[in-house]
Amino acid sequence: MKRVYVNEEWCLGCHLCEYNCAYANSGIKDMVAALKDKRIFPRIHVEGEDKITFAVSCRHCTDPICVKSCIAGAVSKKDGVVRIDRGKCVGCLTCVLVCPYGALAPGEDGIMQKCELCLDNACGAPACVTGCPNRAIVYEERGESE
Amino acid sequence: MKRYVIIGNGVAAAGCIEGIRSLDPDGEITVISEEDHPVYSRPLISYLLEGKTDTERMKYRPDGFYKENGCLVLYGRRAVSVDAARRTVTTDDGAEIPYDGLCVAAGSRPFVPPFEGLGTVKNKFPFMTLDDALALDKALMSGPDVLIVGAGLIGLKCAEGIRDRAKSVTVCDLADRVLSSILDPDCAAVVQKHLEQHGIGFMLGDTVIRFEDGRAYMKNGGTVDFDVLVLAVGVRANCELVKNAGGEVNRGIIVDERMKTTLDGVYAAGDCAEGYDASLGARRVLAILPNAYMQGNTAGKNMAGGCATFDNAVPMNSVGFFGLHIMTAGVYDGEMLEDAENGSIRRLFVKEGRLAGFILIGGTDRAGIYTSLIRERTPLDTIDFDFTKKVVSNLIFSQDVRRKKFGGVV
Repeated sequence: MKRVYVNEEWCLGCHLCEYNCAYANSGIKDMVAALKDKRIFPRIHVEGEDKITFAVSCRHCTDPICVKSCIAGAVSKKDGVVRIDRGKCVGCLTCVLVCPYGALAPGEDGIMQKCELCLDNACGAPACVTGCPNRAIVYEERGESE
Repeated sequence: MKRYVIIGNGVAAAGCIEGIRSLDPDGEITVISEEDHPVYSRPLISYLLEGKTDTERMKYRPDGFYKENGCLVLYGRRAVSVDAARRTVTTDDGAEIPYDGLCVAAGSRPFVPPFEGLGTVKNKFPFMTLDDALALDKALMSGPDVLIVGAGLIGLKCAEGIRDRAKSVTVCDLADRVLSSILDPDCAAVVQKHLEQHGIGFMLGDTVIRFEDGRAYMKNGGTVDFDVLVLAVGVRANCELVKNAGGEVNRGIIVDERMKTTLDGVYAAGDCAEGYDASLGARRVLAILPNAYMQGNTAGKNMAGGCATFDNAVPMNSVGFFGLHIMTAGVYDGEMLEDAENGSIRRLFVKEGRLAGFILIGGTDRAGIYTSLIRERTPLDTIDFDFTKKVVSNLIFSQDVRRKKFGGVV
């Protein structure tokens, strides 16, 4: 299946993916209105320092430990996409405790949110990838099993 | 066609059902469910009282889960014995159910010490099940003074959940600190102070010696008046079915890394099972939800003829109280690395070149990276383990490892 992959050597550390993610999931049409003067809670984040930077987001693991660990049964995987039911989540952060990639963080309300590949929002494909100026993150098939 | 029987209908049972069905779409699955509810998220009962969830959202799996998985659920039925030689389970209505594979996922029950005068207390509740929570919910309507016996995870989550609905909440425990099973004394003190600031009262290092209706007489000489008593002293694993069938039990039902008990064709999973703790290097009961699911899932796959192992279980807890998050994992053994600021604490325990355990209070970002180091027993000299970085990051791994992790490079 297609996944979001990181080409670390190409990452400029510009954090545009974070802004595009926050915008794509805001449900607000105007990017300025969605982001200006607001603390953003993106579902992808850039790690690193100096010369090494890279973006981290949900890997949609073949055998996702977050799904097995969620105490609310709020995380599930269907058609290769790990999704969260925010109505069921109580914000205990057990998924943060178990994600080996450190890919998960709660939203502004303390309830978990996560990358769902922009399949359900207005973008239809990962906005972080579309907006990356240097192809440091790509959305493609690399032969990993679903 | 294989016949599977699961005793219990909690999260371990759900994991078992999904494990069986991942390999065997056709076998008959019978679930013996003492509780009269489809599988629900047991740790959410405190959130239910707090109004942060409801019984609908507490459903662990969607409606239709059992039907889609071809399960027959016997609600309100209790297994009373297992005959491992004849491979049958007998239920409390006298029915004998044959099996080819059995999973005992019978959970645990509250342990209630023999307090003198406990029989005189009218409004007393354990705090384990949805029915316990619903009963307590009714008793809270009058805005009562509540005494909770037990300052562990169950007692304290209960305290948080009912704080705004009770006139007062007092927690007592024989231990001299809160959360004594997962926090060291320094960290426990920080959490206790936070809870006190949110209106929870404590009587620690103290125990009830006698109840007289609405009054508890304490060992240290004090008394506590209450309208409602919650008993959250501890739990005991339900091992008796396997023990009486001749299987080996200790504090829980002894299982190997495939979740098999010492009885042929019998597996066990969840809070009743005693499996291997990879951080301790020994067996112990790990009564946490992720463990229940993973053990149940492993058992189910093996019952269906697969070859699944679960050999990297470690204790791990993520719990919040009034906005303060606490994460812990592993064992607190070896050299301690510590930093603390603004009410946040980070304590890492390094033993024999590996991360053995951690306690995080407040700052919990990306804690799963630490957990994975414990579970995978990563030698710290193979990574750039720099404690001075305030937040753990994937920078600790080499570029090659990151290529595998994030680039799909096998």
